[in-house]
Amino acid sequence: MNIIVCIKQVPETTEVKINPETNTLIREGVKSIINPFDAYAIEEGVRLKEKFGAKATVITMGPPQAEAVLREAISLGIDDGILLSDRAFAGSDTWATSYALSAAIKKIGAFDLIVCGKQASDGDTAQVGPGISAHLDIPAVTYVKKIEEINPVRNTKAIIGEDKISNGVKDNFARVERMTEAGYEIIEVSLPALITVVKEINTPRLPSLKGMMRAKQAKIIHWKASDIEVELNFVGLAGSPTQVVKIFTPAPRVGGQMLKGETQEIVDRLVGLLKSDIP
Amino acid sequence: MDYLLTDEQKMIQELARKIAEEKIKPVAAKYDQSEEFPWEIMEILAKADLFGIFVPQEYGGTSGGVLDLCIATEELSRACGGIAVCYAASALGTFPIMLFGNEEQKKKYLPDLASGKKIAGFGITEPEAGSDASAIKTAAKREGDYYVLNGLKHFITNGGDAQIYTVIVMTDKTKGARGASAFVVEKGTPGFTFGKKEEKLGIRASSTRELIFTDCKIPKENLLSKEGMGFIVTMKTFDMSRPGVAAQALGIAQGALDVAVKYAKERQQFGKSISSFQGIQWMLADMATQIEAARALVYSCAREIDVGCKDVGKDSAMAKMFASDVAMKVTTDAVQILGGYGYMKDYPAEKYMRDAKITQIYEGTNQIQRNIIALQLIKEMAK
Repeated sequence: MNIIVCIKQVPETTEVKINPETNTLIREGVKSIINPFDAYAIEEGVRLKEKFGAKATVITMGPPQAEAVLREAISLGIDDGILLSDRAFAGSDTWATSYALSAAIKKIGAFDLIVCGKQASDGDTAQVGPGISAHLDIPAVTYVKKIEEINPVRNTKAIIGEDKISNGVKDNFARVERMTEAGYEIIEVSLPALITVVKEINTPRLPSLKGMMRAKQAKIIHWKASDIEVELNFVGLAGSPTQVVKIFTPAPRVGGQMLKGETQEIVDRLVGLLKSDIP
Repeated sequence: MDYLLTDEQKMIQELARKIAEEKIKPVAAKYDQSEEFPWEIMEILAKADLFGIFVPQEYGGTSGGVLDLCIATEELSRACGGIAVCYAASALGTFPIMLFGNEEQKKKYLPDLASGKKIAGFGITEPEAGSDASAIKTAAKREGDYYVLNGLKHFITNGGDAQIYTVIVMTDKTKGARGASAFVVEKGTPGFTFGKKEEKLGIRASSTRELIFTDCKIPKENLLSKEGMGFIVTMKTFDMSRPGVAAQALGIAQGALDVAVKYAKERQQFGKSISSFQGIQWMLADMATQIEAARALVYSCAREIDVGCKDVGKDSAMAKMFASDVAMKVTTDAVQILGGYGYMKDYPAEKYMRDAKITQIYEGTNQIQRNIIALQLIKEMAK
């Protein structure tokens, strides 16, 4: 089994500063870390590796210093790290980023599962994961909180009943629990697939000293735009369909107003207040 | 100050600090109150490979040295001196096997100790034999292929919780100090039981118990080195481990300073932060300077040992004595800076002060350390 974990290096602070001229993040002077949600993706990748003897590869796209997060992932038990880095990628939006990452994943070759964090703490879009699956034309399940089974020997009747088998669920599949606002869904997905994970899925481990030593020695694979099959006009700032017009901090919401008194009295006042708010 | 640590030592520092911050700090007060043995933290330290940092690679460690151990102990102590000593005491129990064990003994015990699968303890102290270790009464009598142990050790750190113990007992009482020998005793050996758990002022997460030997029969293969080598084993072990106690003191002092600086910045009196008062500033400056001086001494001494310098006894005694005296002073001042809050259990300052005290007492009281230093000075003069 081959697992690919996609991660992103992000600024540590949650109060990111924005350059008002370029509408991009100011990274200077801010410590960089693994996107906190990606830590759960790494942990899940390592657990699958330990359970199934899978090979786990971690990939990131970013500046050269993003190598640090790949080494950190290796210190936690991931086998290999690939850094996708090129000036041509600079300014990529979520579409262009997922396009470039999917091209790199094609170059890696065979894989069974791609694991991503649910979203990055800096951009908060939650688009790159599903974007990769779209570019690769494989199914995606977002907000996964548990992998119940993966690629098991199939007990068809017990699981879904015969009618659904003919609906195209293949032998290689994973059954996962997906968080929704109301509860969770159990979804079977054919492999290869992409999942994005939420923090409920596991508790990430701390690195071990031997892992850290191994990570220091590990050879990180560097790929440039010319190493993967991408059309250059679809990556970078120019290849990005999204244009950030303005980034600003919204004014904080003011607290609500509590009405007290008898029910009828409260209802009357509430209706009055609501009416007065309508222009 | 930059101590020019190796990459591996920086990794140990980073890892131990992470564990201290994320895993130990949140539970330090809980264990201080409950006096339970912190197994959950021991498991975390084991998974992080920290138990084997001074053990050679061939026995499952990462081949670091005393400085590596000091760095880890310092960082853990910064969060909790009690939890840190459970870790450091395992190293203390491991050193005799590492230094004096034969190949078979090393292969049998070191891998499990290096991986943290088992933890160790070291037993020499007895009710009548504290600073005067030659007064120990626990005896081992050779009977065929066995030794039979009788007697009692007390104040043994990790006592009852450790699985492997190295103990110093008399094999020939007529020879005095030269009649002592070192043995490995495993928990569960018939005739080997534990006495009451001591209630302590500080380092309360650690367990301190009596080791009781009642016709306890152990194979002769458990003898470390030769009969009569017990005190040599002890001396060499303490030479290695004393900087560890110094590092524990150092970490406790640093932890208390961290608390004091943070509090001084936040606490408002007379309309401003108390850190703006020169009286507080000078206290903080003195505390930080003393800690740095202690650190320089501890690290230098640990390095000396790691590169194989002989006669480290004096330097090792200086490091232990100075760092622990600094810890007592700094933690007392930290309580003072926190004022009334410093005296209350809701704030961590008082715990640092309680934890610091033992570092002036165990592994040789600071008075004994001064004896060692003075005797060595006089010896050097006579040369």
